[in-house]
Amino acid sequence: MQLAIFIIFAILCIFGSILVITLRSAVSSAIALVFVMCVIAGLFALVGALFVAALQVIVYAGAVMVLFLFIIMLLNLKEELISEDDKKFTRFLGIVLGTAFLFELAFFVRTALMRGSEALYEPVPKTLSSIAVISSELFTKFLFPFELTSVLLLIAIVGAILLAKKKNEK
Amino acid sequence: MSLGLAHFLVLSGVIFAIGVIGVIIRRNAIIILMSIELMLNAVNIALVAFSVYMRNMDGQVFVFFIITVAAAEAAVGLALAVVISRNRKSVDVDDFNLMKW
Repeated sequence: MQLAIFIIFAILCIFGSILVITLRSAVSSAIALVFVMCVIAGLFALVGALFVAALQVIVYAGAVMVLFLFIIMLLNLKEELISEDDKKFTRFLGIVLGTAFLFELAFFVRTALMRGSEALYEPVPKTLSSIAVISSELFTKFLFPFELTSVLLLIAIVGAILLAKKKNEK
Repeated sequence: MSLGLAHFLVLSGVIFAIGVIGVIIRRNAIIILMSIELMLNAVNIALVAFSVYMRNMDGQVFVFFIITVAAAEAAVGLALAVVISRNRKSVDVDDFNLMKW
């Protein structure tokens, strides 16, 4: 049952990812990416990582993708226009390199799983998947990285404003 | 056959490879940023799968950090796209040869 749900989600996810990189208009790509992120959140919920699933929907599919869509609307992009043979060459190169990379990853996964392929999944204990456990980890073991993240976000905000500000005093 | 770690790792690898292909074949800077988000999501899948498999919450805390870094990266990257499109009237990466030579 669980495997069937996983396979449905995985197929949707791969299909959506291919749409993201092949659709011509940026808005359609962004919508496909929102779809992929929601499906990935479903996968997280399937293995009991409910907090991460919620975070994925709220922050990724919500905030980040709205930012993307907002910028696409703001820039009012035209569709890509590139000379045909140039495009064909990069497409060929990209697909070859990407497939080679995929086989490399597959090789490592296969070697890593060679030792034993017993069923790796059992239901997660309730205490392990709760928000309380994540937050206590976050505020004890990972307190310093957590504080650093806030500095990172501040730098990103300041940087984005500085970059996008119009320089009109000249 | 039940759901195992291998399934998640294979899915993660496939999505990461699709993201890599997207970065190489697309010329629109915003779609390249979206492909990078796709790759970050693939890594998140692998981290959550390992976290569940190892019975250890550290992986999910790392996912939290990755989401934060991705938000910061998207903000700065899109600000760059706005500036470049203001100067060059396009977000095609072939037009950005300012630092190429």
